[in-house]
Amino acid sequence: MPSLKDLKNRIASVKATQKITKAMQMVAAAKLRRAQEAAEAARPYSQRMAAVMANIAEAVGGGDDAPRLMTGTGSDDTHLLVVCTAERGLCGGFNSQIARFAREHVRRLQSDGKTVKIICVGKKGYDILRREFASLIIERIDFREVKQMSFAQAETVAGKVTDLFNEGGFDVCTLFYSEFKSVISQVPTAQQLIPASAATSEDDAGAAAVYDYEPGATEILEDLLPRSIKVQIFRALLENVAGEMGAKMSAMDNATRNAGEMIDKLSMSYNRQRQAQITKELIEIISGAEAL
Amino acid sequence: MADSFNFELVSPERLLLSATVTEVVIPGTDGEMTVMAHHAPTMTTIKPGVVTVQTSEGQADRFVVFGGFADILPDGCTLLAESAVSVADIDRDDLAQRLQDAKEDLADATSDSDKQKAQEYLDQLTTLNNAIMAA
Repeated sequence: MPSLKDLKNRIASVKATQKITKAMQMVAAAKLRRAQEAAEAARPYSQRMAAVMANIAEAVGGGDDAPRLMTGTGSDDTHLLVVCTAERGLCGGFNSQIARFAREHVRRLQSDGKTVKIICVGKKGYDILRREFASLIIERIDFREVKQMSFAQAETVAGKVTDLFNEGGFDVCTLFYSEFKSVISQVPTAQQLIPASAATSEDDAGAAAVYDYEPGATEILEDLLPRSIKVQIFRALLENVAGEMGAKMSAMDNATRNAGEMIDKLSMSYNRQRQAQITKELIEIISGAEAL
Repeated sequence: MADSFNFELVSPERLLLSATVTEVVIPGTDGEMTVMAHHAPTMTTIKPGVVTVQTSEGQADRFVVFGGFADILPDGCTLLAESAVSVADIDRDDLAQRLQDAKEDLADATSDSDKQKAQEYLDQLTTLNNAIMAA
């Protein structure tokens, strides 16, 4: 049975923890808003890009002169997984969700006899994945010092991926990230980057415009594909930041509530014990008086 | 008065400008082109340079863009720039840094085609730099 003093100390420490989690929740809420704004601001570009890509891809078609980034290498023996996670923990199941999703994918590929290579973006994913797949991880990219995700970061990642592809390091590249559905729901998602999956044009009627291409359609496509990879990675990074903040917010909200419950329970037993002690003292006094 | 059309300048980070304009000068890879309303549908890549926008209110805006491409339709034009800033806000140091990077890229280039690409990019940047310094 803990003494009164012990209980008092515990209550004080839980209260301090509650203050911290509450502060973290508020910070996450503020950051979430910013991340959402950034994700929204980036949307026009990626939408236009997708529309243009669909248009050009249709014009070039699956011809022999189509760039390799689009058609692929012709085989699918080596898979590259780019796993994007957060830099920090304390955000519920956010990182482990992505890691688990990626792990299942790796297992499936391995059981099919494929070679798997992994690039980890973000520290947490690396920490989880290296336990099992340390030998498969060829690169880890850390954005710890980065305050605001910008296009430059996406460029670094995309640059590494395209360089590796040009060297023939892999055949198929898949991007893993967490899609931001809402504050309480982030869905781990896999998206194929290379070969670029033929974009499905939403309205076939709208694709009627016959374009002049300057220089040529193929040259533009060649210029466009690396850009589109950058944009997709950029979008994934932004969604990840928003998702991380959302997850962190709800995790910290839960923590704050749990701390509150804990404080209630502890105060209850503190008061009970205090009451018991007073009663005991009274009994001692009364029985002492009676004995006289 | 000339017909106007809708012009959008988009960078990956945000929508920079969306306005009704009468003409836009775009630095295409194959040469500068002026886009006006009812232009034939064209898609072109752009080189680093200055985009001049003439809004329908008669106001002229200038933006510096570094690579990207433009999607031109009869009733609108969208410029997707890798990075874009208003000429007024251009950061000279940033430009100098880009020039320096381009020079290093050229020095590092091994194959002929890489070398040519790097050289072209450097030339374009130098032209742009001179144009801005003069302004």
